[in-house]
Amino acid sequence: MNRPTQLSLAVALALGLAACGQKEEPKKAAAPAPAAPAGVTVTIAHAGPLTGSIAHLGKDDENGVALAIAEANAKKITIDGKPITFKMMSEDDQADPKVGTTVAQKLVDAKVAAVVGHLNSGVTIPASEIYGKAGIPVISGSATNPALTERGIKTVFRTVGRDDQQGPAIASYIAKELKGKKVAIVDDKTAYGEGIANEVEKTLKAAKVSIVGRERTTDKETDFKAILTKIKAKNPDVVFHGGMDATGGPMLKQARELSIKATFAFGDGACTDEMGKLAGAAAEGMVCSQAGLPREAAAPEFVKAYTAKYGEIKQYAPYFYDGTMAVIEAMKKANSTDPAKFAPEMFNVAFTGATGNVAFDAKGDRKDAEMTIFKLEGGKVKPVAIVKGGVSTPFTGAAPAPAAAAPAPAAAPAAGAKKEEPKKDEKKK
Amino acid sequence: MDIFLQQIVNGLTLGCVYAVVALGYTMVYGIIQLINFAHGEVVMIGCMAAFSVIVALAPTGLPPLVIVGVGIAFAVPVCMIVGYLVERVAYRPLRNAPRLAPLITAIGMSIVLQHLALLVWSRNIIAFPQIVELRLYHLGTGEHAAAISNIQIAIILMSVAMMGGLIALVYRTRMGIAMRAVSQNPQVAGLMGVDINKVISFTFVVGAALGAVAGVMVGSYYGIAHYQMGFLLGLKAFSAAVLGGIGNIAGAVLGGILMGLIESLGAGYVGDFTNVCLLDNFLPGFTAVCEASPESSLFGSNYKDVYAFIVLILVLVFRPQGLLGERVGDRA
Amino acid sequence: MDPLAALRKHPAAKWVGIALIVASLLALPFALQIAGTAWIRITNLAVLFVLLSLGLNIVVGFAGLLDLGYIAFYAVGAYVYALLASPHFNLHLPWWAILPIGAAVACIFGILLGAPTLKLRGDYLAIVTLGFGEIIRIFLNNLSEPFNLTNGPKGITTIDSVKLFGLDFANTTRFGEVAVSGTIKYYYFLLAVLVVVIVVNLRLQNSRIGRAWEAIREDELAARSMGINTRNMKLLAFAMGASFGGIAGGMFSAIQGFISPESFILNESVMVLAMVVLGGMGNIWGVILGAILLSFVPEILRYSVEPLQRAIFGRSIIDPEVIRMLLFGLAMVVMMLFRPAGLMPSAVRKRELAVPKEAL
Repeated sequence: MNRPTQLSLAVALALGLAACGQKEEPKKAAAPAPAAPAGVTVTIAHAGPLTGSIAHLGKDDENGVALAIAEANAKKITIDGKPITFKMMSEDDQADPKVGTTVAQKLVDAKVAAVVGHLNSGVTIPASEIYGKAGIPVISGSATNPALTERGIKTVFRTVGRDDQQGPAIASYIAKELKGKKVAIVDDKTAYGEGIANEVEKTLKAAKVSIVGRERTTDKETDFKAILTKIKAKNPDVVFHGGMDATGGPMLKQARELSIKATFAFGDGACTDEMGKLAGAAAEGMVCSQAGLPREAAAPEFVKAYTAKYGEIKQYAPYFYDGTMAVIEAMKKANSTDPAKFAPEMFNVAFTGATGNVAFDAKGDRKDAEMTIFKLEGGKVKPVAIVKGGVSTPFTGAAPAPAAAAPAPAAAPAAGAKKEEPKKDEKKK
Repeated sequence: MDIFLQQIVNGLTLGCVYAVVALGYTMVYGIIQLINFAHGEVVMIGCMAAFSVIVALAPTGLPPLVIVGVGIAFAVPVCMIVGYLVERVAYRPLRNAPRLAPLITAIGMSIVLQHLALLVWSRNIIAFPQIVELRLYHLGTGEHAAAISNIQIAIILMSVAMMGGLIALVYRTRMGIAMRAVSQNPQVAGLMGVDINKVISFTFVVGAALGAVAGVMVGSYYGIAHYQMGFLLGLKAFSAAVLGGIGNIAGAVLGGILMGLIESLGAGYVGDFTNVCLLDNFLPGFTAVCEASPESSLFGSNYKDVYAFIVLILVLVFRPQGLLGERVGDRA
Repeated sequence: MDPLAALRKHPAAKWVGIALIVASLLALPFALQIAGTAWIRITNLAVLFVLLSLGLNIVVGFAGLLDLGYIAFYAVGAYVYALLASPHFNLHLPWWAILPIGAAVACIFGILLGAPTLKLRGDYLAIVTLGFGEIIRIFLNNLSEPFNLTNGPKGITTIDSVKLFGLDFANTTRFGEVAVSGTIKYYYFLLAVLVVVIVVNLRLQNSRIGRAWEAIREDELAARSMGINTRNMKLLAFAMGASFGGIAGGMFSAIQGFISPESFILNESVMVLAMVVLGGMGNIWGVILGAILLSFVPEILRYSVEPLQRAIFGRSIIDPEVIRMLLFGLAMVVMMLFRPAGLMPSAVRKRELAVPKEAL
């Protein structure tokens, strides 16, 4: 066979394969034009890392979306007179911006009604450009980089607070409650870790706290002894690490092996019970922040429903659950499943979800985002304080917002008792 | 001085971890001139297999050392089987093929093994159970005295033991003679009555066994296991092997320890040498940064991986056969 | 069989073949549009990978130098474009100025990377180039303190798109009835660049330089004794390969509008190498085929594997991503076991790479 023939065969092959792809499309695209009189199927998509080092968090988020959709279907909602069945379409973005944009284009082609995702800010930001051009609302439950909502795209939302809210929250807790005078800061050189660490650094410097060390590592690192030894020489009271539990856990463990006595503080990436497993006894007493209300104060029904179906909540599932609910609420408000119609209504939703009161401000950020400070005790993170607008209030166990049903009684006395202990521990240090 | 000593301890332990993994690479390379990319995944599988056993046995009241021993005893045969299968299926048919083919196959096997492990052990980060009680031994007095833990001592001792065992195997046994013969000239060795296939399989199996032990060491030391943990570890370990001289057992160990020390000391001290306020005294343009953040440096600990690679490149440029010289066959 | 053979021998047959190919390539995006814009995007990324594979082919295929850090040049080209055409430094040079600059910078990096490795043997060369690739990625990720050069892990956003004849390639323009989206415009642009690159490669292969590379690849000592300046030829191979990578990188920046160090990890280098090897090292058409296959097959799997599982098992047992990677790895192993010289080896390579039947 001569070369041109070979090439033309190759091209024909490619076209044939593309045609095969086309045959798949009709099966997948399940969001038809809203004209069918009988039951309408609406697809809400989830995008997140389902493989890779944070795949356990991506799967967690997917479960949150799936739960919301299952519950919505159970409620048999009607919009514009038609009964709606919601369907989830889940895609793996491998926490890679390149894959994320390909996935975004795929979801846009499939004409999904909304996208709940992605997990990483670094992926959500470029993907949201594609969603924005197509007018499909995207709502993330975990992307905390401020840049996400600063670009003027009207269809980008998030249910989680921003790094420039969360960073100052944990930093002011470090300065005021932990009374840290010398603080060392480490970050894992990812967009998230660096972002929150820089915010913490800024706030602490403004509070005239001395930053004795500023180290950086990578998110794949497992041996932190070198930088921890360096930090140890500077004698910090508190060490803040901007990163996920995959780096936070080993770091904490190795710090105690080096006899570093400082209190460790983390952002929401390492504010999980996994820290207790990864660092063992070393994790006791660590402090971390999460954006939003603690789930002990928010909906216990969500916790019950989720753990019954999927087991332990890893991290952001409640936020993704709320994101999906927000989309459904907007659809109900606009009485339409057409993104062009319900996307503007997203700014008007207000409901109580798994993470408290959900409402969005003009930029698409969560309104009045509260931050919760947690402390790890007995292997589990427990809320100790709520920071709102820079003011920290000890967590009493009672839900500040009129959440449905009183919080589980077990949480209240435990949290109440906890309130006393942290103060005592700090004074000892 | 205490800090320096601590960094040395850190580097030494890290180096021993690299050394044990490097042994697996160097043995295989010495005998068939193949970079066994899948070796890192074998280490990972060893770690995961031991994890499953340890997690199952932890609730029982057995003493921790026994549990770890059982874990190792389980991980080693599993890895040996994996190593044997990989050689048999992916490398043996390509023994006469040009260099690139087995390299690609090795990379392909690495990907396959990684994702098979993902299917078995899930994609979550696994917390390796810390059942051995941590005990610190302080070297010197004072607030910042360097400390070495019992696990670190165990790692260093086990690495030495493994190196010793391997040297004994290669230089004191008949199989060792066969291995050296095949590594020097396979055809002539075959003519001398050595069963080449058996020898090569044996090398892979021994390498995999070492990898299994290395995996358990890594899991116990860092307390964390993940299906992608083998790749970067394998890469650095192979660099360590090349640094010391590929095919050379002592070279692998030396290379590993050096690699660990360089990483540790680099991360610990290069930042101090390139601190912006320090540089401000010599170079223009650093004043503003010095005012804003006096604790930052131009090349800090975030360049840790770079230091290791740079040293490797320098050694290869000025001494390509590695520090202790290579021991590979005379293949044209 | 006979009518077909007679047809093939017709003097115009070759031209008809070429005309068919050209026509189908020009019409391709509109055919793909039916399946979804995502497929055009995938095709654009595939063309970028073809460019990369052709560049790596010069280093690995023509000159026989095993380079495992090739993606570094892609990264350099991408960042040069991003730094010169984005709000980061507030420079907005036009694409026709930046692409050559990117190629030149990548070329310099190629020489810098190649220079220390000239004396190294195959496997060592692989590890050193791998090391270089990682070093460049780490630098790109960390050059944000104390001086912000690359914006670190946050990457550079809102990179200018290509603007040609008053058309902005980021937006959709309507030509009467036909809506030509930005993606389609980029497709044609990439196709044009690809044609130029293929022509350059073909001319290189059949030139004195190409033959010098072939000589070095087969036996360096003999080549040197024939009077070939092996040092300069090797450096030239690195430089040329790198410059193609740089051009592809610049286009990637323009198309994606956003780059970050995460896109330039070792895995990508391995993928490009796999494309070259699977397609047939040294054979330009083989390499193109390899790149197209390895770019499209994972995407097709992504679209087909899950419905298949649902149909057979009623639910998704293994995630499509895992299956995708498993199949990719298995494909590499199986390909090498049964056809190590690649899918479309050149005749020379085929002779050279045939596995000798003699038993060890």
